[in-house]
Amino acid sequence: MASILSFIHQHIELIYIVILSVFLGIEVISRVPSVLHTPLMSGANAIHGVVIIGAIIVMGEADADNYLALILGFLAVILGTLNVVGGFVVTDRMLEMFKSKK
Amino acid sequence: MSISVLSVIYLLGSVTFIIGLKMLSHPATARKGNLIAAGGMTLAILGTIFLYHNNGERLHNYGWIFAGLIIGGIIGVMAAKKVKMTAMPEMVSLFNGTGGACAALISIVEFGHMTSIPSKGNFNLTDAISAMAGAAPGPAGGKLLIILLGLIIGSVSFAGSIIAWGKLNGRIKDFSFRNQHIVNLLVLGLSLLTAIYLVATIDNHVQMKLTLLPDPKLQIVTAPIVKILFYLVLLLSITYGVLFVMPIGGADMPVVISLLNSFTGVAAACGGFLYNNQVMLTGGILVGSAGTILTILMCKAMNRSLRNVLIGSFGGAKAGVAKEQGHYKSVSLSDAAVVLAYAQKVMIVPGYGLAVAQAQHACHELEKMLEDKGVNVSYAIHPVAGRMPGHMNVLLAEADVSYDKLLEMEQANAGLPTTDVVLILGANDVVNPAAKTDPDSPIYGMPILEVESAKMVIVNKRSMKPGYAGIENDLFFQPKTSMLFGDAKQVLQQLIAEIKQV
Repeated sequence: MASILSFIHQHIELIYIVILSVFLGIEVISRVPSVLHTPLMSGANAIHGVVIIGAIIVMGEADADNYLALILGFLAVILGTLNVVGGFVVTDRMLEMFKSKK
Repeated sequence: MSISVLSVIYLLGSVTFIIGLKMLSHPATARKGNLIAAGGMTLAILGTIFLYHNNGERLHNYGWIFAGLIIGGIIGVMAAKKVKMTAMPEMVSLFNGTGGACAALISIVEFGHMTSIPSKGNFNLTDAISAMAGAAPGPAGGKLLIILLGLIIGSVSFAGSIIAWGKLNGRIKDFSFRNQHIVNLLVLGLSLLTAIYLVATIDNHVQMKLTLLPDPKLQIVTAPIVKILFYLVLLLSITYGVLFVMPIGGADMPVVISLLNSFTGVAAACGGFLYNNQVMLTGGILVGSAGTILTILMCKAMNRSLRNVLIGSFGGAKAGVAKEQGHYKSVSLSDAAVVLAYAQKVMIVPGYGLAVAQAQHACHELEKMLEDKGVNVSYAIHPVAGRMPGHMNVLLAEADVSYDKLLEMEQANAGLPTTDVVLILGANDVVNPAAKTDPDSPIYGMPILEVESAKMVIVNKRSMKPGYAGIENDLFFQPKTSMLFGDAKQVLQQLIAEIKQV
């Protein structure tokens, strides 16, 4: 218990960010027309690809003789990149077709 | 210096994510919003590679990092460019799964680091525990909590997304057994309990160990039970992810994908805590909360609660009750062509059948031809038509159907009483009057397109088989309705040929 409390105390700024971001996310999304649900989901999907940054740090900090960390980190970088790149490209492809031709 | 530049880059990245999401929710700015978010992401990634350092130590292994980025980038672009519009939902699910897997892998590696602290001179147990806790010294429980959260959420999201992907493209069939939701809850509960036990006792599991061979040294080791339990949590979480998505029917898959999408967001945010990294945190949490709202909006469109989607298998109980079938009448192609060509106002209701048959281009051609003959043609889009909200809009947009021809449900229902002919292309449950009239029906209460209020209804289906919800549709047996059997694309092409001759 004490360890959890001290953890919260040490990360109090991050916890504020979390709480504010939750409300921001709700605010930003709640007025979206249903036609944009799929592209929006896909765009959000690409944004959580930001996890790639963690993968890069893991990879970049792995010791040269720690093969498990190297292999898992390498895999994480590939998977994270797939998420980011694939996500943004798919979203762009969907939205490309929304151009109104009047 | 470089670390403060990186902070500014992360700040910019977070702002682009917020602006990007905001712009994505308006049709006119959506595409730009996506590009802005992508730009912010690129900046954050490059900044991390070149500027990040931890206690003065820069990143290394650049070869591995760039190789990973290039391999992932090439596969990602190819997959995203090649995928057909009908397969979009499963592609999104697959990419979501890779993000979840990435988060879980980060947790596994960080756990490895945490439990093998190099004993560089410090032989004090408290110091060792502080070293495990990482940047913020103190008990190790807090860091382990974040690692375990990332592991559980990431692997549930990964396993669930892969199953959802398999189900949408037909590789994996529905599977459920009695009391499965109880088993599911047990698996999840066990996984969480194990995680809580690990967090609560980690400090007690760190021991000092004296090894005498080959040369005497004092080491600080973590008890093996910690590792065993950690991997047990991983295994249980993956099992839960599989079991959780398995029984859910294909029609509910969009809701599940959206939910898993927000899970992955939270898993990414765990990484933000782990590395004290604000851009991961804001990006992850934004997606987590926005994804949850999106999930709820989708459930609302089907008038079902999230709990009902996740626990109750759709139509399972009532579908077996065979209702007595009435008589339906079918209509010939040439008759249908005449009716359409001489109508004043036609409304097309597209559904999954249109997507499967890849008939969107033929549909647009029919629309143009009818417009040339002076018919007023529009499309009635039910929020959950197809396999994902907005699925039909994306498909029709691919075929260059103009954006202002697509009517949302309320607009369409207002216009239906003055419509002469409704042409239903492979849609079923979204026009089923049972949703309004039959309280026993599993879809009772779902808002539908009230096509009965039009003067005439033509339904194109491949056969009389019920739709995804597995329930009969009374609409087909009404005197107003005529059936036009066949594959949507072929029927549309034949209709176009017939209308040419009218």
